[in-house]
Amino acid sequence: MPSLLRQRIAWVAWTIVLIASLSAVYALNRQAEGRHLADDEGGDTRFGFRLQESAKAMGVDFTHQAPTFDSQFDHIMPQVAAMGAAVAVTDFNRDGWQDLYVTNSAEDSRNRLYRNDRGTFVDVAGEVGLADVNRRASGVSMGSVWGDFDNDGWDDVLVYKYGRPELFRNVEGRSFTQVGERAGLPAWVNANSATWLDYDRDGYLDLFIAGYWPENVNLWKLETTRVMPESFEYATNGGRKYLLRNRGDGTFEDRTDAMGIRSRRWTLALIAADLLGSGYPDLFLSNDYGVSELFANRNGTRFEDVAADARVGLSPKSGMNASVGDIFNDGRLAIYKTNITEPGQLLQGNDLWIRGSDASIAFENLASSLKVDFGGWSWGAQFGDLNNDGTQDLYLTNGYVSAGERTSYWYDFGVIATGHSTIIGDAKNWPPMRGRSLSGYQRKRVWVNDGAGRFTDVAQVVGATDTFDGRAVALADLGNRGVLDVIVANQRGPLLIYRNRVQPDRHWIQFELEGRAESGFSRMASNRSAFGARVELHWSGRKQVQEVTAASGFSAQNQRRVHYGLGSAAAVDRVVIRWPSGQMQTIEKPEIDRLHVVKEPAVRR
Amino acid sequence: MNFFRIDTRFLPPLLITSILLTAHLSFGILEGWERTALAIVTAIVAELVMGRLTYGVWPHPASAYISGISAGILVRSPFYWPYFLTSLISITSKYVLRFRGRHLWNPTNFGVSAVVFLAPATVAVLSVQWGNVVAPMAVIWVLGTVIVWRVGRLHISATYVLSFLAFSFVRAWWSGTPWVANVAPITGPMYQLFTFFMVTDPKTTVRSVRGQCIVVFLVALLETVLRLNEVVYAPFYALFIVGPIALLVEQWRDARRPARATTA
Repeated sequence: MPSLLRQRIAWVAWTIVLIASLSAVYALNRQAEGRHLADDEGGDTRFGFRLQESAKAMGVDFTHQAPTFDSQFDHIMPQVAAMGAAVAVTDFNRDGWQDLYVTNSAEDSRNRLYRNDRGTFVDVAGEVGLADVNRRASGVSMGSVWGDFDNDGWDDVLVYKYGRPELFRNVEGRSFTQVGERAGLPAWVNANSATWLDYDRDGYLDLFIAGYWPENVNLWKLETTRVMPESFEYATNGGRKYLLRNRGDGTFEDRTDAMGIRSRRWTLALIAADLLGSGYPDLFLSNDYGVSELFANRNGTRFEDVAADARVGLSPKSGMNASVGDIFNDGRLAIYKTNITEPGQLLQGNDLWIRGSDASIAFENLASSLKVDFGGWSWGAQFGDLNNDGTQDLYLTNGYVSAGERTSYWYDFGVIATGHSTIIGDAKNWPPMRGRSLSGYQRKRVWVNDGAGRFTDVAQVVGATDTFDGRAVALADLGNRGVLDVIVANQRGPLLIYRNRVQPDRHWIQFELEGRAESGFSRMASNRSAFGARVELHWSGRKQVQEVTAASGFSAQNQRRVHYGLGSAAAVDRVVIRWPSGQMQTIEKPEIDRLHVVKEPAVRR
Repeated sequence: MNFFRIDTRFLPPLLITSILLTAHLSFGILEGWERTALAIVTAIVAELVMGRLTYGVWPHPASAYISGISAGILVRSPFYWPYFLTSLISITSKYVLRFRGRHLWNPTNFGVSAVVFLAPATVAVLSVQWGNVVAPMAVIWVLGTVIVWRVGRLHISATYVLSFLAFSFVRAWWSGTPWVANVAPITGPMYQLFTFFMVTDPKTTVRSVRGQCIVVFLVALLETVLRLNEVVYAPFYALFIVGPIALLVEQWRDARRPARATTA
């Protein structure tokens, strides 16, 4: 063939290839934008549940207030004072109804303890001594985590702050006594996350507090503006971590360094759970400005960061959430870590880490293939069976700073994020926000799990339609109705309670565990809160594992009782409980559609 | 001494490979090798197939390798298809968008610009730092400078960097933002690739040294205009617009020159 003719034929062919390729890019992008987004047909009959925002009707009228830091932050205040809206679920008075503790963050603002009076709420924080904890001199609240650290049967609470951590002992549900100073807690931690865990399985809850900003920074009185992260994805100049071992006498000893935890990453969320199958709680840290960390618990004697080997610590992102769930009903706990996705700017995508097999510690990120990766500027998320069909769904809230509508700080944010450490690390180099939004007014996600690896976003269909700057999400059965309601704490926004209405023909079962440990040292018994207990439910040839955890999500804590939807199943075969002490307990054919309170049996010797 | 001599066509691929290896081994920038490998293999295979079928000869793969590895580094997406399609579009553009025997766009610039424009929800461009220490960045800048000097393109990179820095004062003054914030982007790896590989591409730059300097100055100027309008991918779009226009102007001037000579 003459060469000119050949070139002309080739040109036509390559032109077709080019046009087809460009068209494919456009089409694939459109497909990805709208993938697995449910259309508004069928509502609760289609997905089996509907959410209705009912906070005020239930007696909750709370709007979060943000702190005001040193004036050297004025130009970027909305983003440095962007956290603190938090919610924890507890039953502080042991009346069988789940109460809510909600933090506020403005100086002199008051936290709320909403006592659940059979489905309606009354704020009792002032009368029990948990309201007045936000002071400029001692810092302001960023969240709380509840656990019975003295094994007296009453949930105590740690309030973590940008400031002095506050530990309150619960006096029989009537009042709270501040015991942090006597307990030996650190004087100042700029923390956005903390949890209770019994890392050495001695029957007493230990404490892990993760610093975000360095602990020597007083955000109200900056000595320098060089306090920002030294890199957008490789920063190691954040706050130190504190692993505080409970001595059992009301005091704690700092075992952080001795146990091998030396991280100074900017931790925003964490979860303690047995992720590697050792029977001891491991620690997963979801870090902003960097990679995640996974500290493997070596029989309670030391922690080892195995994040790189486990593959969860290779790709630096902006971690903001850590929650776990058995999404395939196969006994493996998946870790959901949220990050930033902003079309046209930054596409980190959220991570859903699932361990491949028992033989390897390597996890695989299935977020993209399961289509739970794109959630905007994602914050708190929780797994829970929202429609009682027997599989765990995923609720996600998002949005960073909603200020001027149709304005965006993203360009300037993107510019400074590219800067070298000498530039990004200094607050005075950050462009002023000037009332602009940064990933604001975002659409929330409620991903329904069909159990076969398909998640569908039904948020707009089932009623999760708010666009506040969401931070913490917690799940709890607030009406003792056998369904999971959703509580969302919003930064500078209202506390939302999405009351869940599930199709009545769907069955359920719940378990509330209580360890056998009592005051006084008690090895071979589980901590009273049963944190670390693993509950495996078998029904209709199916199996689902849940673990009792303290902190979960972002600045949040779910109800301690575990909830299982059963779909149309009329019976449960058995439940197998592995207590934190290591003791196994099997309950055959527990009755469905009710809560079972299970106490750890005495150890058989 | 011949042992130390190297075909200059291999220098840019060696540099870009060393940048990638340094960055990955130091900071683990790649979540996995698969996407980058897909981009490289796609570019090389497309180049070999299209070159062979169009001209009847096997083309040298160095250029395609640079296009592929650049796409693999620059494109950021959780999906695989953007890596495949960016490389395919980049190489195909060389064979389609031609005028008087020359392709008009730097292939990677065309591919990346097209993909981020058409797929904003699924594709972004590398924008953040690799690590936070000076040494690797300095090594890359020094190595890059030496290599573009060896291949006779240092004046292009230097003019662009100086223009960028000069215009950063304008941007800071206009937007009321700190000057260092406006300088920040050029400290990142995206600009290392842009400065050493895209604006210096021999096939898509004009011939005269003065013309090359003027063109990259205009690229920096248009980039500033786009940046003042908060266009995130300003450097890519600026080169996308200025590059082909410069080549067309050069060809128009070339066409006029013999005519003038005949008249004289």
